[in-house]
Amino acid sequence: MVVFDKPHALTDVPLHYCPGCTHGIVHRLVAEAIDELGIEGRTIGIAPVGCSVMAYNYFNCDMIEAAHGRAPAVATGVKRSDPENNIVFTYQGDGDLASIGMAETVHAAARNENITVIFINNAIYGMTGGQMAPTSLPGQVTQTSPYGRDPKHCGFPVKVCEMLSELDGPEYLERVTVNNVKNVRAAKKAIKKAFQNQIEGKGFSLIEVVSTCPTNWGLTPQAALKWLEDNMLPYYPLGVYKDRSAKEEAK
Amino acid sequence: MADKVLMKGNEAIAEAAILAGCRHYFGYPITPQTEIAAYMAKKMPKIGGTFLQAESEIAAINMVYGVSSTGKRVMTSSSSPGISLKGEGLSYLAGADLPALVVNVQRGGPGLGGIQPSQSDYFQATRGGAHGDFKMIVLAPHSVQEMAELTVKGFDLADKYRMTAMILADGTMGQMMEPVSLDFAASEPVAKPWATTGTKMEREHNIVNSLFLQPDELEKVNFERYERYKVIEENEAMYEEYMMEDAEYCVVAFGIAARVSKNAVAEARKKGIKVGLIRPITLWPFPTAAFAKTMGKIKEYISVELSMGQMIEDVRLATECSAPVTLCNRVGGMIPSPEQVLAAIETAAKNGGAK
Repeated sequence: MVVFDKPHALTDVPLHYCPGCTHGIVHRLVAEAIDELGIEGRTIGIAPVGCSVMAYNYFNCDMIEAAHGRAPAVATGVKRSDPENNIVFTYQGDGDLASIGMAETVHAAARNENITVIFINNAIYGMTGGQMAPTSLPGQVTQTSPYGRDPKHCGFPVKVCEMLSELDGPEYLERVTVNNVKNVRAAKKAIKKAFQNQIEGKGFSLIEVVSTCPTNWGLTPQAALKWLEDNMLPYYPLGVYKDRSAKEEAK
Repeated sequence: MADKVLMKGNEAIAEAAILAGCRHYFGYPITPQTEIAAYMAKKMPKIGGTFLQAESEIAAINMVYGVSSTGKRVMTSSSSPGISLKGEGLSYLAGADLPALVVNVQRGGPGLGGIQPSQSDYFQATRGGAHGDFKMIVLAPHSVQEMAELTVKGFDLADKYRMTAMILADGTMGQMMEPVSLDFAASEPVAKPWATTGTKMEREHNIVNSLFLQPDELEKVNFERYERYKVIEENEAMYEEYMMEDAEYCVVAFGIAARVSKNAVAEARKKGIKVGLIRPITLWPFPTAAFAKTMGKIKEYISVELSMGQMIEDVRLATECSAPVTLCNRVGGMIPSPEQVLAAIETAAKNGGAK
């Protein structure tokens, strides 16, 4: 009896991610959601620029590699090319989604574009070797904030779910993490809901996954999870930030 | 012959795009091309198409990238400063070998420049327009009729060669009204097995991508792309000749400059000067064959441009500097008058091609 198997929506290509990086978990959760909803054949994924730039190699559905930050605009085009059939998701990091692609993110949300956005927030630019991200914490040491992020000099981190929740547009916004089994299960549920919303035509769903970057944080995988719990989660509280359908049903 | 309708150049582009099967348009407001967006906004919802005003030029070109990835005909339009913003997307479209139609109704620059006609984006258009080695097919209409015809042609060429075709017009072309016939033959559908339309669980996944981390692979795709460009150079160059049979002097001009120059050439002929005109219709590929056959016969070429002299470099290359090439220009939104071009022709004739 098979008790654990690789989701069909994942290819056999070995992941290039660093040991302890949580991208692998999130890839798997996305693939499981695609499998369980039976949508692989009509799903088109948009990879970003950043550590997950080569996500197009890892998902079995059709994949598009977008320019840095532009995934929501590319996704808009793909979705609008066949809105009845195409299921479209973007998979983006914090630099991609919350810095260079902020305009594309905000406007896709404001339009309630019927897409699913998976947002990996690990508070650092991983692919380029550990520079300050829009979500780097005050005091966080990175290659480009070597004395710690000083809010007086370069401002404060961007809280994406909180910010987007002020818009009338988006359908669903939830922040999750994958630091332990319980939270992985909750993240899975959120990601699946984000795809389900799209199938039902409800609109823009964004799942922010608070993640680790052991390599660029300079920590072991285990210490990175501890750092996430001690520093990231207090600043980025988990929870549902917007669920329009639930709110409307409650009325 | 179908009836002619009176249309603005910008509207002719929009209607021709719809006739060519384009059902997706993304744009951002900018003068002097806004009529294209307005026309699409009105028409697209009525024919089951998509018009979407993007949050920026950057977003618009990336929406184009998205639709093109799914194999459908798609376009955007803008004017000079907006095209600079689209540059990133143009490079990615080229790197991913995606077809698209992009319209640049040029205005004076650099910077915010002005809103009057210009041809000063010639280099940007014909040299690729952004980072990396790539080309776009650049089509330069000189009438409202051609605004329509070259739009259809642009879609066909873009699909055929999997690349961007750009309509390089100017503010005059966009704004002026002329009778136009929209009686076009239907385009041959092009198979796009590479498109990301969903696997339907029936094939391997398709990947639309411009990333090649292995240098030998990236070199290979660049060489392959340029092999394709060579085929285009050999087969797709278009130009018009006007009074060139016995010409000793040759005016070279495209777009609005060509219309002005035709008047000047006709006037010069009345004065007995043997002058003709070559009007490149494709700016890339530049119609070098039109110039090759003039070498040794022409004493001087005069490049008439609404720029500080950009096409003049291609004229020098195409004529292998076999005769002097001089510039007759206005910039900043100004247009050369027939008298100015006539004066340049008379000066050339007086010099007799002396270097």
